[in-house]
Amino acid sequence: MDCRMYETMVSIRSFEMMLQELSRKGVLRGSIHFCIGQEAVAAGVCAALTAGDCITSNHRGHGHAIAKGARMDFMMAELLGKATGYCKGKGGSMHIADLDLGNLGANGIVGGGIPIATGAALGFLQLGLPHVAVALFGDGAANQGSFHESLNLAALWKLPVVFICENNQFGMTTRLAEASAQPDLCKRAVAYNIPGVKADGMDAREVRRVTAEAVERARAGKGPALVVLETYRFEGHYIGDPVVYRTKEETADWKARDPIPRQREYLLKTGLATETELDRIHADVAGRLEEAVLFARNSPDPDPSELVSDVYSE
Amino acid sequence: MRDLTLSQAINEALAEELERDPRVFLIGEDIGLHGGAFGVTKGLFSRFGPDRVRNTPISEAAIAGAAVGSALVGARPVAELMYIDFITIAMDQIVNQGAKVKYMFGGKARVPMVLRAPFGAGRANAAQHSQSLEAWLCHVPGLKVVMPSTPADAKGLLKSAIRDDNLVVFLENKHLYFQKGPVPEGEYAVPLGVADIKRPGRDVTVVATARQVHAAISAAEALAKEGIEVEVLDPRTLWPLDTETIIASVKKTGRLVTVHEAVKRFGFGAEVAAIIAESEAFDYLDAPIRRVAGAEVPVPFSKSLEDLFLPDEHKIIDACKAVLA
Repeated sequence: MDCRMYETMVSIRSFEMMLQELSRKGVLRGSIHFCIGQEAVAAGVCAALTAGDCITSNHRGHGHAIAKGARMDFMMAELLGKATGYCKGKGGSMHIADLDLGNLGANGIVGGGIPIATGAALGFLQLGLPHVAVALFGDGAANQGSFHESLNLAALWKLPVVFICENNQFGMTTRLAEASAQPDLCKRAVAYNIPGVKADGMDAREVRRVTAEAVERARAGKGPALVVLETYRFEGHYIGDPVVYRTKEETADWKARDPIPRQREYLLKTGLATETELDRIHADVAGRLEEAVLFARNSPDPDPSELVSDVYSE
Repeated sequence: MRDLTLSQAINEALAEELERDPRVFLIGEDIGLHGGAFGVTKGLFSRFGPDRVRNTPISEAAIAGAAVGSALVGARPVAELMYIDFITIAMDQIVNQGAKVKYMFGGKARVPMVLRAPFGAGRANAAQHSQSLEAWLCHVPGLKVVMPSTPADAKGLLKSAIRDDNLVVFLENKHLYFQKGPVPEGEYAVPLGVADIKRPGRDVTVVATARQVHAAISAAEALAKEGIEVEVLDPRTLWPLDTETIIASVKKTGRLVTVHEAVKRFGFGAEVAAIIAESEAFDYLDAPIRRVAGAEVPVPFSKSLEDLFLPDEHKIIDACKAVLA
């Protein structure tokens, strides 16, 4: 499990670094939001879930998709708008979904996935399924009405859902303290009579531990919890963001807490993996990524007939 | 056949679908013991219990999201908004999420849900409880929009809507809730996307929706005394729209009047007029098309003003005479 979380984080970091390279080459179109620095959240949360559990993600969702088991080749093809992509090239970066894997989708609307995760949890209850839904959203989304309405309904009905707030400190360029009257977001849980937990979002094992507790509680019918994971995006909000809203020193402090070297150190110290084994993980990921880029670049564009298909179910 | 109100017909459809399919459940404000603001779900809470008839807080975004999310994992929710005006609070879940996920995800998602809501003016509910917002919804690819005019159609169309794998918005005119009409005994469904000619005629086609179908029939009866034969066409489903039946009717009569309660500009009537203008029926037109619609104002409270706001039999008669002049 600990090695797998490491591999997940390395995959996410490598995937997004490849996107940066492709962007510099002018191959990528559209809005891309990077989660570099936040990999421990995706890896830790998804490691606490079992088959059948589902997530809703957000506009910064590449990491969540990979951690929930998405294939890098289909993701890369989607980002390049190809017919072989997860959404046949119709969704792009902000709408990657794989319902079979329990990823109910990234989302372009801040806070848009929170009611959907709540609804999925309700659906599991209605259908008598033992699954849990997890809403992944940022600190920005915590000020949307959809957050408050969802937490209230989920708490009222004791729905099997866990609300994971990935506090990366900024809603686009606005610092949390300038956006939220109560910057200690887990205190919001008090208002809905549910547990509120704050944890280090730069530590994958800690993330997995607090998530697993909340997930098992929800699965046992005891209702939702709010988990706030303190993290940081190392990159700007988007490619080309001049990042005028924070200091280099602050970013450097957070980079010193990079979740990937931290997990590597842990694996080596405890003897769970050797240098050779970890190097092999990096090599494997690099190989798969290279294949993914080749696959995506060699894939065809969507057929023109795809413009009008998939609007309605038959 | 027996006579039921539209409200009773909808109640019957809901009960039959709850009985037929364990994945179906109802969700909405005050729909529990109280039976909903208009009494449509009366008796269902006692019969099916609180898990199948879910009484919610006043929380439209959460209701819509609960429906979209549960539909995505295989349930078949029927959500009720107390008034269509409240859809503004739920709009993100309906328009950005529910309507689009199938397309955005390359066809993999399904959102088999129904969003029911009363609409329409004439009950002294003023500007925030009286609107007809169907055109907003028809404008969003991914949504289906249904608007019945009779109890029999309402029951049959709702059963089709619940069995449909798409997000269907089902709009119920408040006045019609209390109007009775014959409803067949036993199991039946009315397919979505099929118009119904409520009264055949050769001189002018009136395409009317919901309560205005009845106003159009009254107008047709009055005009028949003057030897004018009006064809009253009820599209029943606004999207998918049965354009074939509309085009065939206009080709036959050569004249078209559209009627709805929503304000005229950019409304359903404008779409019907444009469809005719783009079709082979255009060459058959003997007069310009006329649109009868709600006044272009927020719905007023005072009866004297609200009556002026609404279309009625007399406005339809005037429009028919104008296209026949």
